[in-house]
Amino acid sequence: MQRKSLDVWVGLFVLLGVAALMFLALKAGNMSSLSFSKTYTISAKFDNIGGLKPQAPVKGAGVVVGRVAEITFDDKSYQALVKLDIEDGYKFPKDSSAKILTAGLLGEQYIGLMPGGDSEMLQNGEQIKKTQSAVVLEDLIGKFIYNKAEEPVKPK
Amino acid sequence: MIARFLGAVGAWLRRSVQDLGFAVRSFFIIIASSGGLWRRPRLVIEQLFFIGNRSLVITAVSGLFVGMVLGLQGYYTLTTYGAEQSLGLLVALSLTRELGPVVTALLFAGRAGTSLTAEIGLMKAGEQLSAMEMMAVNPVERVLAPRFWAGVIAMPILGAIFTAVGIIGSYLVGVVLIGVDEGSFWSQMQSGVDVWKEVGNGTLKSLVFGIAVTFIALFQGYQAQPTPEDVSGATTRTVVISSLMVWWLDFMMTALMFSK
Repeated sequence: MQRKSLDVWVGLFVLLGVAALMFLALKAGNMSSLSFSKTYTISAKFDNIGGLKPQAPVKGAGVVVGRVAEITFDDKSYQALVKLDIEDGYKFPKDSSAKILTAGLLGEQYIGLMPGGDSEMLQNGEQIKKTQSAVVLEDLIGKFIYNKAEEPVKPK
Repeated sequence: MIARFLGAVGAWLRRSVQDLGFAVRSFFIIIASSGGLWRRPRLVIEQLFFIGNRSLVITAVSGLFVGMVLGLQGYYTLTTYGAEQSLGLLVALSLTRELGPVVTALLFAGRAGTSLTAEIGLMKAGEQLSAMEMMAVNPVERVLAPRFWAGVIAMPILGAIFTAVGIIGSYLVGVVLIGVDEGSFWSQMQSGVDVWKEVGNGTLKSLVFGIAVTFIALFQGYQAQPTPEDVSGATTRTVVISSLMVWWLDFMMTALMFSK
């Protein structure tokens, strides 16, 4: 084996590429926020999920405690069945409620968990009973127009 | 006259189809005769030095300037909406998804592809390839295959370096020079850039471009007539065909990857 200096340069080139990929994955991408810690799954049914997507954050008091695992349509109750992966360290009371909220005015949608007062905690596979759907702008405008129309006309 | 015109069209069509078939056959011949490279990895490493290391400076400098210009232009446009916090996201998405792979591939075609074509073309003109065959050395295995794999390996690395340097460039202009908030610059980027969807697909794009550009360069060189005019013509064709190929492949892959 001769010409070792060339090997060093090529090795350096490949290392530089690996470093660039690491930079992209960790600093620019979401690799560092992907948690590989153990999770347990709970589910919740919503009348309307709005623009909620899988992998959306699940937050308790604004802190990310889990991710939306999958969203399916339940054709028995005509509701959306949302499965949530919650990190093992975080326990929530059985009567906690789930809301679909929006980050900012036009931001992404996430699920907010409001803890209840029950002493028993939610276990793997259990369901959150109290849910609040996403706010749909069209419904809101419709409601507003409906209320306006119901107001008595002011006498001139 | 019409008959002659139709005949010319027919001949052109036949030649095009024949060229395409020959290209596909050559592609598989190169792949099939790559097995021997496991025994002689030095051949690939040498080519990797010429194709990869020598293209490093132009790629990194281009990446830096593309990133800096994106940072500047993005900032001017985003301030009109009061959304300059999203600068990092804008730059990272455009670089990882499109600009990184595509601009690197175009640079790669100009920097490495042309030299490959000229080298092979001159080898053929100087009858070096025929001489190899006389010595019972397979020129495809000895000359074409190492260059092909070196190009395929080098291109994703160069693409990743381009993108990373570009993001650093936009950081320098956006955060250090103009003063966009550093925290939101990175956190918005991290919330919007998915490792598999953006970085992974971008790297896949680079890989496909690497295969296309390197093969076109080798094929043009191998196919060139052994005359000075045709070797120079083949070098030009390498740049033209591989650029067009890169645009077309990029459009197809973008439509497939990011349609959701």
